[in-house]
Amino acid sequence: MSSQERPVTLEVNGDPVRVFVEARKTLADTLREDCGLTGTHLGCEQGVCGACTVLIDGDPVRSCLMFAVQAEGSEIRTIEGLESADGTLHPLQQSFWDHHGLQCGFCTPGFLMLAAGVLEKDPNADEETLREALSSNLCRCTGYQNILKSVLAAAEKLRS
Amino acid sequence: MVIGQRVKRLEDYPLLTGRGGFAADQSRTGQLHARFVRSQVAHGRISGIETDQARARPGVVAVLTAADLPPSFPKIAPRQVGFDEMVPYLQSVLACDRVRYVGEPIAVVIATDAYEAEDAAEDVFVHIEELTVVVDPRVEPSAWDDLGHDTEVMLINEAYGEVDEAFSTAECVVELELSVGRHSGVPMETRGTLAWTDPMTGTLHVGGAAKVPHYNRNALASMLGLDRDRVQLHEIHVGGGFGIRGELYPEDVVVAWAALRLGRPVKWIEDRQEHLIAANHSRDQVHVIKAAVGLDGVIHAIDDEFWQDQGAYVRTHGATVPTLTATLLPGPYRVPAYRVRGHIRLTNKTPAGTYRAPGRYEGSFVRERLVDVIAERLDLDPAEVRRRNLIGHEEMPYLRPMSVLGSKIEYDSGQYVRMLDRVLDHVDYPTLRADVAQRRADGEHVGFGFGFFVEKSGLGPYEGVRASVDPDGALRIVTGAASVGQGVETTIAQIASEVLGIDYASIRVSHGQTDELPYGFGAFASRVTVMTGSATHLAATEIREKALEIAAQMLEASPEDLELVDGRISVRGTPARSLTLGQVAADLDPSGARRHGTTPSLSAESWFHTDHMTYPYGLHFAVVHLDPETGHVAFERYVIAYDVGRAINPTLIEGQIVGGLAQGLGGALYEQFVYDDLAQPQATSFIDYLMPTLMEMPEVEVLLSEDAPSPLNPLGVKGAGEGGTTGAGAAIAGAISDALGSAEIIHSIPVAPATIWATLNDA
Repeated sequence: MSSQERPVTLEVNGDPVRVFVEARKTLADTLREDCGLTGTHLGCEQGVCGACTVLIDGDPVRSCLMFAVQAEGSEIRTIEGLESADGTLHPLQQSFWDHHGLQCGFCTPGFLMLAAGVLEKDPNADEETLREALSSNLCRCTGYQNILKSVLAAAEKLRS
Repeated sequence: MVIGQRVKRLEDYPLLTGRGGFAADQSRTGQLHARFVRSQVAHGRISGIETDQARARPGVVAVLTAADLPPSFPKIAPRQVGFDEMVPYLQSVLACDRVRYVGEPIAVVIATDAYEAEDAAEDVFVHIEELTVVVDPRVEPSAWDDLGHDTEVMLINEAYGEVDEAFSTAECVVELELSVGRHSGVPMETRGTLAWTDPMTGTLHVGGAAKVPHYNRNALASMLGLDRDRVQLHEIHVGGGFGIRGELYPEDVVVAWAALRLGRPVKWIEDRQEHLIAANHSRDQVHVIKAAVGLDGVIHAIDDEFWQDQGAYVRTHGATVPTLTATLLPGPYRVPAYRVRGHIRLTNKTPAGTYRAPGRYEGSFVRERLVDVIAERLDLDPAEVRRRNLIGHEEMPYLRPMSVLGSKIEYDSGQYVRMLDRVLDHVDYPTLRADVAQRRADGEHVGFGFGFFVEKSGLGPYEGVRASVDPDGALRIVTGAASVGQGVETTIAQIASEVLGIDYASIRVSHGQTDELPYGFGAFASRVTVMTGSATHLAATEIREKALEIAAQMLEASPEDLELVDGRISVRGTPARSLTLGQVAADLDPSGARRHGTTPSLSAESWFHTDHMTYPYGLHFAVVHLDPETGHVAFERYVIAYDVGRAINPTLIEGQIVGGLAQGLGGALYEQFVYDDLAQPQATSFIDYLMPTLMEMPEVEVLLSEDAPSPLNPLGVKGAGEGGTTGAGAAIAGAISDALGSAEIIHSIPVAPATIWATLNDA
């Protein structure tokens, strides 16, 4: 630990994690490099594309726009924690697979965490609400049609 | 039958669960991080580079400039459509004495931490004496260097038929100036490279390769002075291709060279700002086009002159884009006489390369706008003018007397009129037209537009696979082609499954590894399903024949009495006498093979060769509504008809089409690399470079057809990667122009809301 690094305590996907990072290190880089969770992707580091979206205390957050030290004490969920402990895919993951909601897959973790966050807060979110929410992330392969279809079908399944 | 089925993708599980491995996800013990120092000036002479302060920073291992490169270090050569005239215009991997665009790499800082490398790069001071910039490719060519070369790299000339005669006798001549803006693929994953040498063998490994790993391996080996087998490239997950990703760029070469020089792994991950000013731009053409037309709307000749803004250097694509533009511009129409001159001009902008539907997006926009204006001037229906000019089914194969990418242009098959009719029926065109007319009369701003096009796909000359069945029955397929996220593994597995009756989901497909197969062409030009798919079909067929022959010996039956169902070979009518493919494979170990009098292993290596491309075709049809208050374009309908000859997996093809449209729509309405008068880039973030989100996308109605299988390959397939993009600029611009009241209003894309607002408000 260099003099500029400081300890940060997080709960990541249910596990307590203590890392030593410089104050300027982003949460995204910390998750990827210090926690080994490379499923959170960086598409712009400008806070626009949303590929780095994770859930912090239940809220979808751009992890590229936040320093790890700002997340001290937070409960963080990443794509690696979305499936069940027994390996069963989350209904959103299954639905993206069933409805061809991904192509290259780079933006996918961000969309999944965004949708998971929105649906956990508002399980009855209607199509308009989901469209609005999903339009905050960028995808360059799918044209979004199947992403929306995947999320709508998963929302239905989660409700039933 | 698994061909034609909408099976789920084999690729998805790791990508859905965070188990993917993209370029930035790879790491090696002891790795260093590279950060490039780039020119902030669009044109100038380098008078000095101060690196001392950067070198003194903690964690900095090296600061390298062109002076550190070996003497006469090669420049990056064109991969395709290269000409001798281009040699003076190629880019050095690090700028030597002159910089020619903002973003050009000048030095590289190598440090133990990426943050430290970035800090140190800001402490490298480059002194540059600024020179005059060229921003407009249409100004008279000026001096490019001190050796007598000017900014026109070359002039492309193509012609056939009696053009002058057609114009001198024409009943009507229509002339337009049309332009397509500067935009590019911009994948969600930026570029990234990790290079390391294996200390035991000295082999240089490069991870993060994409698109054309074999070509790049050979080029890197040659540039670095290494034997080919001492350089191996590894494709891992690729976050989108679109033409831009995977070409050999200066940064890739510098990172590989630095890893060799420093003897440690070097990792470089591009940031988004760098990507927007350093990776290939595309499009950006101005056309002056005229047509000689009869009063019946039949086009007798087209004469086109265009200017391609190539940016500051010629890169790996050489003259690919302007050549494709020039030769495929006539598209689906007869056009008995044609002449084109294309100027490849250099400016002080980021160099350009291909982007999904290169040359066809631009050419289709130009041609379809021309047809719309012809229809309006002659007071004819735009659909009817298209019908009168479309090449007939009975005229196939149709030879267009030009050649492109080393193959003559011969449309292999097509039912263009049938497609036009299908779309007109689908939208109930007479009713739609009357409805639009009525709403316009009522003061609404609605309109429709067409984008009919011919695509090209399946570029040769070859692609191969090695397929083998393990003794446990698993089929493994290795191909030299690459994947950029489009579903190659699933498609290839479906094709093999069709022949061998093995569950497609159990088939493993590997691609993009130079150490697995010595030759490979790659993932571009919508070629993988055609080329690798055909090679897979051949290899699977060979395995099937060998399996039946050996099983006949094992079962003491005649091969004709055997059938292969679900991976099991049995004697027809006696299902108890059967063997699995795995059992046959097990009996083909070297001893067993000797006993059977054949070569070991149940495997085949097959190569599919072709000298001709195959030509899919499609039609975009858009209906838009304009908001006079904001200039916003709302889509009421968006229909894309596309014929791929034979659909291996319709779901994946529809995915390609809808995704392709998002990019075509971006180019038609939002995306543009704007430069100011000093050639300073203005779009260096996603705040300024606007890509469509879900809110901008219409609900797309895809009409996929199999009217015209290709006679050029055993599967009848044509590529599906680009047609969703190709016709978008044309259809959207046409619809907006129509909604504004005339076909003659929109002459360039992207169409900004301000243009629409100004037109509607007479400002």
